[in-house]
Amino acid sequence: MDKSADRNRGKRNQDLPIVAGNGLIDRRALLGRGVILAGAVGTGIASSSAGAEPLAEDPWSLEVGEVTPTYQTPSKFEAKVVRTRSNPNNEPRNSHARTPHHLLEGTTTPNGLHFTINHGGIPVIDPDKHRFVIHGLVKQPLEFSLEALSRYPQTSRVTFLECGGNSAPMFSPEPMQETVQALHGLVSCAEWTGVKLSTLLEETGIDPQAKWMVAEGADSPRLSRSVPVKKALDDAMIALYQNGERLMPGNGYPMRLLLPGYEGNMNVKFLRRIKLVEQPAMSMYESRTYSQILPDGKAYRFYFLQEVKSFITNPSHGMALRGPGLYEISGVAYSGTGRIEKVMVSADGGKSWGQAALQEPVLSKAFTRFRMPWRWDGGPATLQSRAWDEAGNVQPTRAEFVAVRGELTKPPPILGFPNQHYNSITSWGVAASGEVKHVYA
Amino acid sequence: MSTPRSTLAAAALLLMTTAGLSKAETPHLGKPIDEAAIANWDISILPDGTGLPKGSGTSAQGAAIFAEKCSACHGDNGKGGGPAAALVEDRKIVGISASQKTIKNFWPYATTIFDFIRRAMPFTAPRSLSDDEVYALTAYILAENKLIDAKETMNAETLPKVKMPNRDNFIIRFPDRI
Repeated sequence: MDKSADRNRGKRNQDLPIVAGNGLIDRRALLGRGVILAGAVGTGIASSSAGAEPLAEDPWSLEVGEVTPTYQTPSKFEAKVVRTRSNPNNEPRNSHARTPHHLLEGTTTPNGLHFTINHGGIPVIDPDKHRFVIHGLVKQPLEFSLEALSRYPQTSRVTFLECGGNSAPMFSPEPMQETVQALHGLVSCAEWTGVKLSTLLEETGIDPQAKWMVAEGADSPRLSRSVPVKKALDDAMIALYQNGERLMPGNGYPMRLLLPGYEGNMNVKFLRRIKLVEQPAMSMYESRTYSQILPDGKAYRFYFLQEVKSFITNPSHGMALRGPGLYEISGVAYSGTGRIEKVMVSADGGKSWGQAALQEPVLSKAFTRFRMPWRWDGGPATLQSRAWDEAGNVQPTRAEFVAVRGELTKPPPILGFPNQHYNSITSWGVAASGEVKHVYA
Repeated sequence: MSTPRSTLAAAALLLMTTAGLSKAETPHLGKPIDEAAIANWDISILPDGTGLPKGSGTSAQGAAIFAEKCSACHGDNGKGGGPAAALVEDRKIVGISASQKTIKNFWPYATTIFDFIRRAMPFTAPRSLSDDEVYALTAYILAENKLIDAKETMNAETLPKVKMPNRDNFIIRFPDRI
């Protein structure tokens, strides 16, 4: 790229309304985006047509294409857009697969790329033989087949699911040089369809003494979690469909408990039993695994909530910007409490902030895509996003978070879960070379 | 625009909708089942001992079962070194890393040990142990961690009474959500 073109582009972009340091542009510029971005492209890349090669016919346009498949899968050229796995040989331990956020757009995680964690492999469940029972402190215990549940009034809702241990590498005292997939890949968002749990509990009746329910899966460890009846009667559902098709096996086929906004592990997959009880069972996952050690030696119990959070997916660690000019900073924000109210973006490590545009629709407890136009001048930049939810909760800075929750004394194994419920700001450092790396700022 | 006919229709629709919200109008497609028929699946145990089955076991009995069915993953005498976590460790928690959690320094209830073994262990053959064997293994792990005397028998009476050292060290994160 010759220098006169650079100068030319810089001059043209000075017209854009800057809202914060280091080149952040007013989000409202996105409304007239066609004009502005086209102008920028016209200035930068297509400034001269002198070297353009004549267009030739490509081979795929000269032959009949492939057969239409019954179930289509992505283009072979998208083979890198896959989950990363912690246990590809199915050794006798748990197994995670992380969503490649840096390779996705929008707010819906495709079913094949939804994150999963399984603690005893993925059971192969015959949907016709699967049974789900509700019992314990109820007036009438009931058994449901998948066919029966499929005849109930169905309800759909878009909601994110996040592992309580997502972002655990951020407890490291120094920024781990890992992609957004490795750092934040244990959260995904889908449209779930199924039956409201409150409808089924209306049929079983609830003994007033019941304060908790113990949910249990049909997988080999019979994964079990205690959930307050309060949540069951609020917005819990038995999900049967994921983005319009039956649940993926790794996401709980043929049915799972869905607790919008609550820690992934509580959303028990392969659901076969709910027992209403007076007190929590203190299963291993709640009394040990998902209890978080605090700096004073005490530990949190029943965290449940996945709190307000956001991270930039593009650009992000491992990418390289190809020269100064206009870029769109984009990422996802979500809160287990409700809707995202606003997302602020910084390009100077938090010294100044500009408000990002939120992609409609903004749904409660769902991914919200935010976008921020940015003119990179070719100098060092530190990109951050910070989200607020409708209840007024704000995503903490890393310093605020660490002051309460602490940090590790040395970097953890990247696949480890040294602590949980990390929701503070993620920072990506852009070097003059265009290289993007994970930094703390 | 509204005609009398459509107003009537709207009123009728409103009535139907209101009726639809009444409690009787759910599909009732669940099959009544009694607790006896659920018993084989009902392995829920509460920390006060509710749900613990009959049977019993001692540490000495547990040692032999452990050597045969558990030590390949959890190491000799549960001291680790295999692919699965150590079960017998004496260490203090310093800092916030979860890797320091042990049964002795973190697990608040002994009933959880019984529950997890019974529902999930051995990893490759869950639900293959008898209740007596699960009690014996629980007794063995507790005794090796010096949380009970090696001679104590674990059963539905004694297990919930084992006081775990870390029991009172937890903070409910969001009490209003319970």
